[in-house]
Amino acid sequence: MLFKIYRYDPDKDAKPYMQEYDVELQSTDRMLLDALIRIKAMDDTLSLRRSCREGVCGSDAMNINGKNGLACITKLSDLKTPVEIRPLPGMPVIRDLVVDMSQFFKQYHSVKPFLVNDTPPPDKERKQSPEERAELDGLYECILCACCSTSCPSFWWNPDKFVGPAGLLQAYRFLADSRDQATSERLDNLEDPYRLFRCHSIMNCVDVCPKGLNPTKAIGKIKDMLVKRMV
Amino acid sequence: MVRRTITGAHYGLKDWLVQRVTAVVMAVFSIFFVIRAWVICPSDYIGWVAIFEPSWMRIVTLLFFLSLFWHAWIGVRDIYMDYVKCTALRLGLQVVTILLLAAYSLWAIQILWGF
Repeated sequence: MLFKIYRYDPDKDAKPYMQEYDVELQSTDRMLLDALIRIKAMDDTLSLRRSCREGVCGSDAMNINGKNGLACITKLSDLKTPVEIRPLPGMPVIRDLVVDMSQFFKQYHSVKPFLVNDTPPPDKERKQSPEERAELDGLYECILCACCSTSCPSFWWNPDKFVGPAGLLQAYRFLADSRDQATSERLDNLEDPYRLFRCHSIMNCVDVCPKGLNPTKAIGKIKDMLVKRMV
Repeated sequence: MVRRTITGAHYGLKDWLVQRVTAVVMAVFSIFFVIRAWVICPSDYIGWVAIFEPSWMRIVTLLFFLSLFWHAWIGVRDIYMDYVKCTALRLGLQVVTILLLAAYSLWAIQILWGF
């Protein structure tokens, strides 16, 4: 199977280039990550991140044939050859497929992705009804792979100011949490022409999310909450 | 000087809402206007004048234009925010756009009530 992989080592290369690899696949190679590990065995200078190899850790997010996804859960049989592999778009490249995620995590931190509740904690746990718990479905499953934010043009243009779909999904995850008490502060934090309203609902994020989540819907619900607060 | 990213202007919701409301106004007017033009079916200048003859028609047409200009202002401002990184230039462009749209509004009034 033929692969074209983005290569760039800032210490050695003047500019990035695409390198071709023709790989003899084994019958046990099902996912793209299996092929990449085989390529890595052929050429150990190729750099990529991977860890759990089953779509849970979010390390091996990359641009596969023009669409962001996780190498470990992308089936080789679904890919057109030559398979073009590039790093996540819009992120500074550290080397080959490894990108600098600092900006992405800075935005994630900016929404305070933790429960804010100043009342003394009960002996066991803060309880929720099954309905209240159900509100968090489709929100808490995010693995922060950055596939969504790096497919969003608004995030490409303003990564320092726009929170991005991943961060906003997490912002809504805590706005929707019945145990959280910082609703007003969270909404204040997001009511900004850049932080929230750069989203123009083009739904690239929904298209690429490997966990099948819907950040656009969550962003819409944040806007609903802001409207309810205002009118 | 500290190169800090500055956000937190605490506006944006109204603009977002205004863009939705003005879009509805424009959509409803467009459908209404096509039907009205279809019914009156003007063949000459007098016929077109007849479409805008009643005062209420001039008022709703003006509302359409004001919605269009307000909608355009938010859209164009968003483009400036994405692509024009120099604050002074962005402010300058925003002021020019506002003045231009204000002039268009006055011009629309002149056209609608001037014949």
